[in-house]
Amino acid sequence: MFTLDTLIFSLSIGVAVGVSAGYLGSLMVLKKMALVGDAMSHVALPGLALGLLFHFPVFLGAFAVLFLSAIAIWHLGRVTKLSFESIMGAAFTLALAIGILMISDKLELLESLFGDITNVTVLDTIAAVVISITAILLTKMIYKKLVLGMISEDLAVSKGISVSKTDLLYLLLISLVVAAGIKIVGSLLVGFLVAVPAASAKNVSSNLLKYSALSSIFGAISASSGVLLSNYLNIQSGPMVVVSGITVFAVTVVLRWKTK
Amino acid sequence: MESGNDYILKVSNLSVRLQNQTILDNINFKVKKGTTLAVLGPNGAGKTVLFKTLLNLLPHEGKVEWEGKVKIGYVPQNIAVSDIPISVKEFLSFRNGSDVASCLDAVKLDGKDVSDKSLGILSGGQLRRVLIAWALIDNPNVLLFDEPTTGVDIGGEEPILVMLNELKKNKKMTILLITHDVHIVNEYSDYLLALNRCVTFFGEAKEIMNPAVQRTLYGETVCVGAPQR
Repeated sequence: MFTLDTLIFSLSIGVAVGVSAGYLGSLMVLKKMALVGDAMSHVALPGLALGLLFHFPVFLGAFAVLFLSAIAIWHLGRVTKLSFESIMGAAFTLALAIGILMISDKLELLESLFGDITNVTVLDTIAAVVISITAILLTKMIYKKLVLGMISEDLAVSKGISVSKTDLLYLLLISLVVAAGIKIVGSLLVGFLVAVPAASAKNVSSNLLKYSALSSIFGAISASSGVLLSNYLNIQSGPMVVVSGITVFAVTVVLRWKTK
Repeated sequence: MESGNDYILKVSNLSVRLQNQTILDNINFKVKKGTTLAVLGPNGAGKTVLFKTLLNLLPHEGKVEWEGKVKIGYVPQNIAVSDIPISVKEFLSFRNGSDVASCLDAVKLDGKDVSDKSLGILSGGQLRRVLIAWALIDNPNVLLFDEPTTGVDIGGEEPILVMLNELKKNKKMTILLITHDVHIVNEYSDYLLALNRCVTFFGEAKEIMNPAVQRTLYGETVCVGAPQR
């Protein structure tokens, strides 16, 4: 069992990251890039390894690597016209291999892959909350542009929207949220928070407002209940977040099936 | 008497090359205000590229000169809405200052009936009307319409075309539309631009019924006397 402080900090991070990952993930699922979010989380591993090796906050290492990777992948996509998935497929396996080679301590590797909330600090909590709020606000500003670009790139461009630049900003914001979520769910599973709450919300939504709101709420429910379960059962938080999220997903599948 | 001011668009020596391929070659035509120009041609003829060039979305050589006060509304051929949970109201409110009820009214859709519906479950005809409503939000004086009847069932085509005609008359709008349909050219257009990377015919739309023009557009084997829809 955690101390009360640790539990409060972990829950705060869980809710903040769950809401932001759910909100940003709602766009990822609409773009049919759910697995890209998952792959991006693996790309963070070498950054985590650098943090562990040189004793600086792993979040910073993860974000730096994700940030640079997002720009490189976006640029490669523009130059080669390959899909994000193809480039990301190559990038994440490479990053995973490098990260695993760099992290020699098995316990540290497990924590990096599956999350560890036993030693979260007030600074971790403040950073996660600030990052999440920033990411949500910035995404809200480009949400309509991104959706219009998905509906019709021609329509978006004819209204003066730079689809490519908006996509880059979105990728950078996803990097930010993924980096913030690694503490709770680990780099192997943080992509889950981007993809599954949004998929659950899509099962029961007929409009964009409901979809994005439910996606955020499901993200918060998955992350916070996962933290509580992790505390109660004394096991790693990442897998518990996944169990909670999948339960929500299963309920929405049943609801959708019943309304058909 | 015709004057230069009668024209809302003048295209001269327009060429477009994309990925080292010539898509449009030395295109010349003019569009009179308040008329409908049908752009006809086989797949790959460059029709959609022409529209995108008119919207200044593609690099090109030559001149595309719109009249100074032009305001263009664009209705694309394809939009991907089947997998996006977005209501008609939300889609139209993406445009600043749009009054959803009056937008839908302008295209003869019942706001109470459709505004909360998801775009993905609308019929082809309803979706086309919503897209026209979107294009009309800024009160444009030109409408570029890529295939007005795509995805619309046979019974739904005519009302859309009639509505476009009314828009042209009531709002004094100039309409450029891409079509494969000879009926649309003959019944609802004033001028015809036949395209196959270059201009194969440009003139009055009724000429589409002229066997000599049909041979130019479709080759010798076309059945000139075939019954029309």
